[in-house]
Amino acid sequence: MKKKLSIFKLLSQKPWDTEQVKIDNYHDGATLNLTNGKFGLRYLMVISTILFCLFIVTYSDRLVYPDWKKMPEPILLWLNTLLLFISSGVFVSAQRASKNNLFEIVRKRLILIGWLSLAFLVGQLIVWAQFYNLGYYISSNPANAYFYVFTTLHGLHLLGGLIYWIMTIKKVWVINEIEVIKAKHTIELCSIYWHFLLAVWIVLFGLMLFT
Amino acid sequence: MAADSYEDIAVGKGDTIPALEVKPQELYHAESFWTRWIFCQDAKVIGIQYSITAIAIGLVALVLSWLMRMQLAFPELVPFLGPAEYYQFVTMHGMIMVIYLLTALFLGGFGNFLIPLMVGARDMVFPYVNMVSFWVYLLAVLVLAASFFVPGGPTGAGWTLYPPQAITSGTPGGDGLGIILMLVSLSIFVVGFTMGGLNYVITILQARTRGMTLMRMPLTIWGIFTATVLALFAFPALIVSCIMMTLDNMLGTSFFMPAIVEFGEQSEYSGGSPILFQHLFWFFGHPEVYIVALPAFGIVSDLISVHARKNVFGYRMMVWAIVIIGALSFVVWAHHMYVAGMNPWFGFFFATTTLIIAVPTALKVYNWVITLWKGNIRLTIPMLFALGFIVTFVNGGITGLFLGNVIVDVPLSDTYFVVAHFHMVMGIAPVLVVFGAIYHWYPLITGRFLHEGMGRFHFWVSFLGSYAIYFPMHYLGFVGVPRRYYEMYDSEFMAVSTNYLNQFITIMALIVGFAQIVFLYNLITSSKFGKKAGKNPWKACSLEWRTPEVPPGHGNFGKELPVVYRWAYDYSVPGAKEDYIPQDIGPSQVPEAKAEHT
Repeated sequence: MKKKLSIFKLLSQKPWDTEQVKIDNYHDGATLNLTNGKFGLRYLMVISTILFCLFIVTYSDRLVYPDWKKMPEPILLWLNTLLLFISSGVFVSAQRASKNNLFEIVRKRLILIGWLSLAFLVGQLIVWAQFYNLGYYISSNPANAYFYVFTTLHGLHLLGGLIYWIMTIKKVWVINEIEVIKAKHTIELCSIYWHFLLAVWIVLFGLMLFT
Repeated sequence: MAADSYEDIAVGKGDTIPALEVKPQELYHAESFWTRWIFCQDAKVIGIQYSITAIAIGLVALVLSWLMRMQLAFPELVPFLGPAEYYQFVTMHGMIMVIYLLTALFLGGFGNFLIPLMVGARDMVFPYVNMVSFWVYLLAVLVLAASFFVPGGPTGAGWTLYPPQAITSGTPGGDGLGIILMLVSLSIFVVGFTMGGLNYVITILQARTRGMTLMRMPLTIWGIFTATVLALFAFPALIVSCIMMTLDNMLGTSFFMPAIVEFGEQSEYSGGSPILFQHLFWFFGHPEVYIVALPAFGIVSDLISVHARKNVFGYRMMVWAIVIIGALSFVVWAHHMYVAGMNPWFGFFFATTTLIIAVPTALKVYNWVITLWKGNIRLTIPMLFALGFIVTFVNGGITGLFLGNVIVDVPLSDTYFVVAHFHMVMGIAPVLVVFGAIYHWYPLITGRFLHEGMGRFHFWVSFLGSYAIYFPMHYLGFVGVPRRYYEMYDSEFMAVSTNYLNQFITIMALIVGFAQIVFLYNLITSSKFGKKAGKNPWKACSLEWRTPEVPPGHGNFGKELPVVYRWAYDYSVPGAKEDYIPQDIGPSQVPEAKAEHT
């Protein structure tokens, strides 16, 4: 395990100093003890977080105006949230199975996750349809507009996740041809992303619920 | 993707560096013309693709600027150019130059070409994503260019795209496809850049060669790295504002649109905040200045060091300054909004942070000058451009100090003083670095030098011509000539002298433009007929010049990756036989050198 230097220590190194030269010559070139995949995922999650944070900032700026009218909370939104919770939980179980090399179970869990995620997306579309039929159009109130924007953005993130989910499931589809290390790594990344999307949804849903 | 095994055995070259176990690297292999030159995953080719596309669309913006200048000085010569076209050209010129030329060229062009070579990697860590990033960028450029051909033409909202006027029918392109294509194109650009940025950041942090610590990296890489991180934080603000404005325009939401009366009719918008858009836009827009400037800072440091044969003065301070400038760039954005009106304490805060940012920036300027002090200065073309940059950046920066103060900014904000300021500081200054960098690295890209005579002509005409264009603009601003006006000629409230100055500026702009055509001619013809450069013609220390082949071949470094033993600035080391010691030369190969005395 590589010892991590703080950013301040890193930036205060003197590359021309004779003692520092001896240390630097043994440096293996990588800064963090992370795989490229994990680093890439973190990078994308940071960007998504900034994106959602900026939307939330604009949301909090807009909701203080008197024309803001809160939307109702259909029970289906709670059910959809539950689906996302369950899929995240199943991912924990899939990851545990992959650690024990039980890839038959992993495959079943991944298929279940796929169905749950699709059900979530369909559920969100049904909520949209309900709101539309009740006259909650995107242009009629800023609260409605933010609801549609938040659910669309979150849904698109989940769709992107499903593309990666297809790549993950491919890696464990034929049990005899599994490259164990790569498969485990991919499952881990996919799992982290699903937990991230759950966290994002909880924040967005909570925001719409309590404001 | 085909896999290839390189046994990256650390070559100690007689020193005491032990061989480290490195996993065989999977390398992309081009198997046909299409995969080698079109859908290529090699970062060097992608860098060239980015550069060609950026320069091509940049030329469009250059032509637009000529037409605008013609309208301002000799309107009778461009009768086809009405007010709508003028504003459309202003908008497209600004957006293309800032985003699609400079950002793409510095990060996509130089970033792709230089990062793997300078940090000692074979390629970017995600070559496929890197290739997609270029094609998404190209798509963004095509969508933007398409707006010239749609009914109503491109948007004429100004490059800041402020609502409500950006999407109202009185603005050129405001009620047609023009503004939509602009917003969509910007969103696509951000998506493409995110893919590229993923590669730049991870390659720099994780895929450096042995011995290449962060504090041994050339400042070019520090500049590109920090700029990419800035973009990572700033571009989401752009895409958020684009999404929200697109919804306002297409679906009738009121994120930014207040209740307004348009052509005597009450619109259906109500309650939106145009100021919110301004905050979002400038939260992206100000760091964008440094997304362009930081790579320029890094590159110019390297050019000065190589061509003055001296180590960069205060390397650590230079790195710190890059990082501090990057951080501060996120707390100054509202100085672009003084005239929009704000709480005086906000104005005070943003004026203060704006002035503070001058401290690390000035530190860099001092260090460049001290690097030159007693250096063995060679007035090569890259060096001329680097020196031109320092002077221009100081000029543009100092007027920025004036404009950073609310009380000075308010009367000057809507005048040509601002046009002169930002063109000097983020137009001419970075472009001089782009030219310097092209002259410097062209021998690495093509194996040949650019033509010396044409190069010097290009420098002197561009440098002096730019001053002839932008110095008078400061004066125009002082005497109150407003910017964004379509019609200048014979306006009663302007002094007669401003007319002559406008004509002079236009003539100079055309002459400077001609010099760029000479440069392009040089760029094309020298790739075939230029003087052969050979390996490391500038005798530089950094790794990109240490490849076994010039131009660098597939995988960059042949069979063995280099091992780094020193920083990138061991020039004129006391005792050493040569006046430079490349980064991959071990201590035992230069026993006489006393590096600690540099």
